[in-house]
Amino acid sequence: MSGFVGPYEQTAEAKAAYDARMERILACARLERPDRMPVGLHSFFWPANYGGITYKELMYDYDKAKKVTLDAAMELEPDGVYPLILGSTIGRMLEKFEFKQLQWPGHGVGDMQPFQYLDREYMKAEEYDDFLFDPTGFYLQKYLPRVLGVFEGFDKLPRFAGMHYLRTMYGMRPFALPEVRASFEKIVAAAEETNTLFAHHIDWVQRLKAAGFPLANGSVSTSPYDIIADYFRGATGMMKDLYRHKDKLKQVLDKMSTIVTRMTIENARLAGHPIVFIPIHWAPDAFMSPKQFEEFWWPPFRKMLMGMIEADLIPMPMWESDCTKRLEVIKDIPAGKCIYWFERTDLVKAYEVLGDRVALRGNLSPSLLTTGKPEEVDAAVKHLVDNIWNKGGCMMLDGAFGIPDETPVDNVRAMFNAARKYAG
Amino acid sequence: MSEMNEQEAQLVEWLADMREEEAHELANRMLLEEGADPLRVLELCRAAMDIVGKRFEEGEYFLPELVLAGEMLETIGAVAKPLIKEGEGGAAAKLGRVLIGTVHGDLHDIGKNIVSFMLDINGFDVKDIGIDVPVNKFIEEINAFQPDVVGLSGFLTLAFDSMKETIAALEQEGLRSKFKIMIGGGQIDETVRAYTGADAFGVNAVEAVNLCRGWTGAAA
Repeated sequence: MSGFVGPYEQTAEAKAAYDARMERILACARLERPDRMPVGLHSFFWPANYGGITYKELMYDYDKAKKVTLDAAMELEPDGVYPLILGSTIGRMLEKFEFKQLQWPGHGVGDMQPFQYLDREYMKAEEYDDFLFDPTGFYLQKYLPRVLGVFEGFDKLPRFAGMHYLRTMYGMRPFALPEVRASFEKIVAAAEETNTLFAHHIDWVQRLKAAGFPLANGSVSTSPYDIIADYFRGATGMMKDLYRHKDKLKQVLDKMSTIVTRMTIENARLAGHPIVFIPIHWAPDAFMSPKQFEEFWWPPFRKMLMGMIEADLIPMPMWESDCTKRLEVIKDIPAGKCIYWFERTDLVKAYEVLGDRVALRGNLSPSLLTTGKPEEVDAAVKHLVDNIWNKGGCMMLDGAFGIPDETPVDNVRAMFNAARKYAG
Repeated sequence: MSEMNEQEAQLVEWLADMREEEAHELANRMLLEEGADPLRVLELCRAAMDIVGKRFEEGEYFLPELVLAGEMLETIGAVAKPLIKEGEGGAAAKLGRVLIGTVHGDLHDIGKNIVSFMLDINGFDVKDIGIDVPVNKFIEEINAFQPDVVGLSGFLTLAFDSMKETIAALEQEGLRSKFKIMIGGGQIDETVRAYTGADAFGVNAVEAVNLCRGWTGAAA
């Protein structure tokens, strides 16, 4: 019997396929073997190349973006799809908020270039105390005006903490300032664009679901250390803080862990999906010593993982670069609760260390996918199947960080075909 | 370098051990109060960096130590360099010339900057021509600088093609045989090296230094 997903009809067949695909991923996460190895479709700009549109169009044109991403999903039939519209079709939102942390097509890079992050110091080391004392005040008056142009008037906002009785009104005079009013008007317009983006995202998810395809993750989060390193202190600032401000840094990380865990749980519930994708930037072996990793990076993240697990979520960190030396440390979580996605860490080695603890995802190399031949992709999939799946491992096949933008379509087809050929 | 006295050995030790405050205080005292030879102090800094580089190779130090060491050297250099008397010392003989840049389409520079710094303090004459560098700019800069080694950096997968195009253009200009080409960046591996036609790739700054040493015949 058919039903409806939003306005879209879902046949009984499509519903069964949806349930089977979702169950494949959830079974893996529980460390139970599904009927076949699930395959993910995760990318940023590859669907533009697949569908013959520019990167700029993928970022700005909701309808074209929905079409090319849905076409790719329908052809490849993945078991789980990344929320591609929320991930890529963000040009209008970035523009309306006057976002300062990215350069994107039309804003610093060409129409066929991906958006790129601007590593800068968005919070000074001397401001750790301000953040610790009043994180929300720091966001309103300092951080948001630095990263979003529309918030620039907010540096004039009053300090709310301490207001009482008539002071709650006397203190509000800054709201009448022209620059604060202007900020509010721009923020409302920008928020409307975010609403539009989410409406397209929800429409896209419904169409995907009606056709039988679940999302691989409903929301995205970031580790406490990576938030501070990437989005506040900048790469070199953070590395120096490990020596210059170690105690303060630990306090900030602990506080951020609590804040981001709550936010992550709330977002995942809103998305109605238990799996949360967490790209990990600062864990790689080369980025800090094992001692620094265990002292600074891992404790606030483990606390976040445990909080998420208690809330019945399934964290899916993607450990970028090579994290071989971290495997024994990051193993310290309950079994059957997480999916660990590895980028350059040898997935077979990861399976040997973590196979009884977490499901795995990955990890065809970007250089193979972009420059190799379909038969080489086939062989690489077979290697993972032989050494993990056929040995009883619970894994989800994917590229090292999804499908790189420049990957020839035939190589992506080879990846999906090989998964079906070798692992059900 | 000539033998170190106790105070000099202490400065080297503190720099190498990342004891920033103590090292700065001592360097300032030596330079500003005790009239130490600024060229000698810079020599001591290089000796400390040799130790930092070795500890990095041995897996004791990681990126944070390279970054902090770089900043300590910069701070001490800023005090020492104005004290060098005209005509004194002059530029030390360099081991070779390295031109480095991030290929077109890619705006990343953290890794490139660390490589530039490590090459510089290891005695190479480094010209860093920035990020998102078009092929023509590489050709112009190479013609002007006449490097022994060209380093192409890139973090994104789009850099694979940018590197390949850049190297092909250098070939077409008849420049390719005049220097060695090394590539590096987050996704670079042997497959990418073969694809681009580079001579070698490195996964970190110390590997880049070792490649350049090998090619220019400089002893480690």
